[in-house]
Amino acid sequence: MASYLARRLIQSALILLGVAFITFFLLYILPADPVRQIAGRSASAQTVENIRRELGLDQPFVIQFLRYLTGLLQGDFGRSYLQKTQVAELIASRLPATLLLMAAGIACELALGLTMGIVAALTKGRFTDQMLMMTSFVTVSAPQFVVSLILLYVFAVQLSWFPVGGYGTFRHLVLPAVTLGILGSGWYARMMRSSMIEVLATDFIRTARAKGLSRARVILRHALPNAILPVIAMIGIDIGVFMGGVVVVESVFAWPGIGQLAWQAIQRIDIPIIMAVTLVSAVAIVLGNLLADLITPFIDPRIKIR
Amino acid sequence: MKNLLASTALVLAFAVPALAQDYTPDPAAKQGGEITVTYHDDVATLDPAIGYDWQNWSMIKSLFDGLMDYVPGTTTLRPGLAESYDVSADGMTFTFHLRKGVKFSNGREMTADDVKYSLDRVTSPATQSPGAGFFASIKGSEKMADGSATSLEGVKVLDPLTVEITLNRPDATFLQVMALNFSYIVAKEAVEESGADFGKHPVGTGAFKLTDWTLGQQLVFERNADYWRAGEPYLDKITFQVGQEPVVALLRLQKGEIDIAGDGIPPAKFTEVMGDPAQAALVVSQASLQTGYITMNLNVAPFDKLEVRQALNMAINKERITQIINGRAKPTGQVLPPGMPGYDPAFAGYAYDPAAAKALLAKAGLPDGFETELYVYNTDPNPRIAQAIQQDLAQIGVKASLQSLAQANVIQAGGEPDTAAMIWSGGMAWAADFPDPSDFYGPILSCQAGGPGGWNWAHYCNKDLDAAAAAADAMTAPEQTADRMKAWSDIMAKVMADAPWVPVFNESRYTMHGPRLGGANDLYADPVATPINFDYIYVKE
Amino acid sequence: MSVALSDPTRPAGPMRRLMRRKLAVLGLVVIGVVVGAALAAPWLVAHAPEEQMFDGLTLQGAPMPPSAAYVFGTDLLGRDLFSRILYGARTSLIIGVVANGLSVLIGTAVGLVAGYFQGWIGAALMRFTDLMMAFPALLLAICLAAIFQPSLWIVALVIALVNWVQTARVIYTQTSSLATRDFIAAERTLGASTGRILWHHILPHLLPTIIVWGTLGISTTVLLEATLSFLGVGVQPPMPSWGNIIFENQTYFQSAPWLVFIPGAAIILLALAFNLVGDALRDVLDPTQRGRG
Repeated sequence: MASYLARRLIQSALILLGVAFITFFLLYILPADPVRQIAGRSASAQTVENIRRELGLDQPFVIQFLRYLTGLLQGDFGRSYLQKTQVAELIASRLPATLLLMAAGIACELALGLTMGIVAALTKGRFTDQMLMMTSFVTVSAPQFVVSLILLYVFAVQLSWFPVGGYGTFRHLVLPAVTLGILGSGWYARMMRSSMIEVLATDFIRTARAKGLSRARVILRHALPNAILPVIAMIGIDIGVFMGGVVVVESVFAWPGIGQLAWQAIQRIDIPIIMAVTLVSAVAIVLGNLLADLITPFIDPRIKIR
Repeated sequence: MKNLLASTALVLAFAVPALAQDYTPDPAAKQGGEITVTYHDDVATLDPAIGYDWQNWSMIKSLFDGLMDYVPGTTTLRPGLAESYDVSADGMTFTFHLRKGVKFSNGREMTADDVKYSLDRVTSPATQSPGAGFFASIKGSEKMADGSATSLEGVKVLDPLTVEITLNRPDATFLQVMALNFSYIVAKEAVEESGADFGKHPVGTGAFKLTDWTLGQQLVFERNADYWRAGEPYLDKITFQVGQEPVVALLRLQKGEIDIAGDGIPPAKFTEVMGDPAQAALVVSQASLQTGYITMNLNVAPFDKLEVRQALNMAINKERITQIINGRAKPTGQVLPPGMPGYDPAFAGYAYDPAAAKALLAKAGLPDGFETELYVYNTDPNPRIAQAIQQDLAQIGVKASLQSLAQANVIQAGGEPDTAAMIWSGGMAWAADFPDPSDFYGPILSCQAGGPGGWNWAHYCNKDLDAAAAAADAMTAPEQTADRMKAWSDIMAKVMADAPWVPVFNESRYTMHGPRLGGANDLYADPVATPINFDYIYVKE
Repeated sequence: MSVALSDPTRPAGPMRRLMRRKLAVLGLVVIGVVVGAALAAPWLVAHAPEEQMFDGLTLQGAPMPPSAAYVFGTDLLGRDLFSRILYGARTSLIIGVVANGLSVLIGTAVGLVAGYFQGWIGAALMRFTDLMMAFPALLLAICLAAIFQPSLWIVALVIALVNWVQTARVIYTQTSSLATRDFIAAERTLGASTGRILWHHILPHLLPTIIVWGTLGISTTVLLEATLSFLGVGVQPPMPSWGNIIFENQTYFQSAPWLVFIPGAAIILLALAFNLVGDALRDVLDPTQRGRG
């Protein structure tokens, strides 16, 4: 186990190194010069060259990357080209908002998805099941920005129950979290449904029923805990899904998280910020997957760690 | 030739009120009160050497001062930290006499050494200031730029209250540069203490001081009790809340929760607000010192032909384009915006006339039009405006395909000699750094700016006009001002005869403030401290 | 998912089994309608999708609500939204088919090579797919779009470059297990060339998976295209795309919600249709892969 973990951690580190390299390379070949963004409109050619030298952007790609990496290993994400602030500070100021949204979103997904999945499993093959599964299909087929805008229009503009966007109070959190909840619920519902159906078909549930325990008791005390665990293990993967799309939901709801930070940075080629957001997201994705892989064997003894 | 500004001017103001050398305080203004301003984006930096966006521009003006300043709400220069100045007969040496007893917000008294330090700092490559180029007329600036000097040769401290600045050429805009944010005086010890984080911990001599900055949430400015302009500012405290969606900000403003929606009125709400007289009364609109234009790259065929460029000038339906942005702009046919000295109200430019445009194209040997590309910054409403332009061009047979890209990509393409045939400037449009027509020529129309990486995206180069511009800027004596502006009007008219641009419109800025705020409208649409002059607005009740 | 009405006791051809699923048929009908509308667009619309009409805007520059003249209303440039939606279907379908075809192609090639040869090639390829999995997908797509300067085909390419990973992993797993089977070993001892083995003996077994991913993936692709266009980095205007229609009109969505809801519904409907058909295909062709998102 320990050696497995060590191997996975080394693998993860290498993956992150690869992500850093590729992103850095893509930004390097991008047909836009960050120095011109910094130097502004009235800069002379000399000023532009000076700034390029100050930032080390006149160096060959490999040197630039090694420099960045050296900084990174010392915990230094560099300074924003345009704001001159420590990128670590900028990320730290934005990350809580993103994490809060992620936590609330996953909570909503689970609440909605698990309920749908359980009900569908218990009504397997009947109308309710069919409707729920149809719904789950709709949710995985809807783009984030459409659901966000629909919820905004109905609950913020028309009904004025929630603010149109922004950050700070619980009411600000509801709509973006519910958006994520709706979008992710279909995925969880389908996993929960098949997991539940599988558990209900096992011998020990049949034995429990045969012993004369009530249906409700069997479902709540025996089937549910067993069925729910493999689904919970998937949260790790869900973190990856969330991080992959964080730009959209944050931009629609004016949520001051790292997605918005990245979007603004991309517009102006503020490379240290883009790098940092990509890496932070990649770390979350890698850790999420690792977590999922580590938890699964404990929950499902049939899967063995290689 | 001694310029008796400052104290003498104030005395004169009593004697001859018509001589509006300085600001006449609003009699209704009183001190006290707190206001809340909202923005969507976080403030980038408050370092005067770095900050260069419309959001932090006016905030920096409230935290720092320069040697020169503007009369609030106008484009008229007035003395700032310099009480007065002398100019040598050749216009090459300025001697600034500093005010006594001006204190930084950390309590230390400001001296001539701070002026010297601040100018050295902004021109030093290590500072990476986007404004370093503005100081090119100071002697020794080229040595700062190439790194062979660490101190500006032309800036000398004569005594603790006197600074002498020598230029390398006569420069009529020099005093404007001394009023520009980049030239603002910073406290050396604070810069050294905070290093690159000075922008988060600014220390200046301004009307306000920063007391709190919670990244991504809010900034708090409090009144600087030691401020050297007696009785100013009026407000005790300004809270800037960031991360607020413009639509939400407007709703909160309507409910009275906040006082100013910093991002203006969102398009979807514009008609509603302007249709309600009570709300419209709280809206201040003013044409900003900005022109939206299409550049035509003279290096890219067929824009090397004058007829083609003139034809395009006649092909664009500017009325329709202003309609698309809800009429929040006025169509224009010239380079300079109204409100800018040198603007010629009589100059009509090319009238909209697709038939004549087609005839001109035929004359240029292109009766069937041609294919080209139009680059545009990919945020609303710019792609929409570009599509309207595209349709207008199609009317005369010009098929323009769009390249809707991130701002950085468009700027990059514009700087390349022959990449971007046409660029719609929206979102990156030229707004004045200071209210002087030369700022609309040197950086965006001169031969030098047409080189690689420059902002002269038309790559237009007319040596005669470069010479005329240099001659105009050498007219430094105050009595030459009228001639100088006339010269600039002529230069701009000649630019339009060569037609490297299609000037499209001058955008208006609409700022809405809460009913409890007082102060002249000009303070909410300040042409220099865009958009709001925080030092002079006040709370009424 | 098994909202199946099929009778498992009676074997039938995959097509017939597919047609017995109500939802799959519904999906096919929707796809058929969208394809039909996209092809017949020139005959169905009164105005070209790029035509900005003078009477399409109020004097204040506001769009027109749905009416007899403009069934879906007009957009912020005074263009006929109905026409833009129909022509936008072309964009979605072309990108969906091309981008996903490309991504399945890349994914299959990578998975096949990695699964069959294993060794360092396989390890290298699969570590690379792990690496791609760790990228925040949308950020990667936005960066790629910024590098290549988007056109219809570039957007398709960008999406393919981001999306191939899932297919690669599935194909890899299947190929690895196929490669160790006896009949492949037998072929090898008989002296069959690697190319022949891959083409004639392994690929046919992968076909069901390829078909399933080739269908399901279109839904993902349609969504990604819409999202990129919504952020303004997708297909270039004035070419209509359901995503960029929403991007262009978003500022007005409070007073003109149809400008967001109609294209939004179109995106959901098309993505849903491909999901329904793809899922049914999976049940029919490839029962081992059931239950995956």
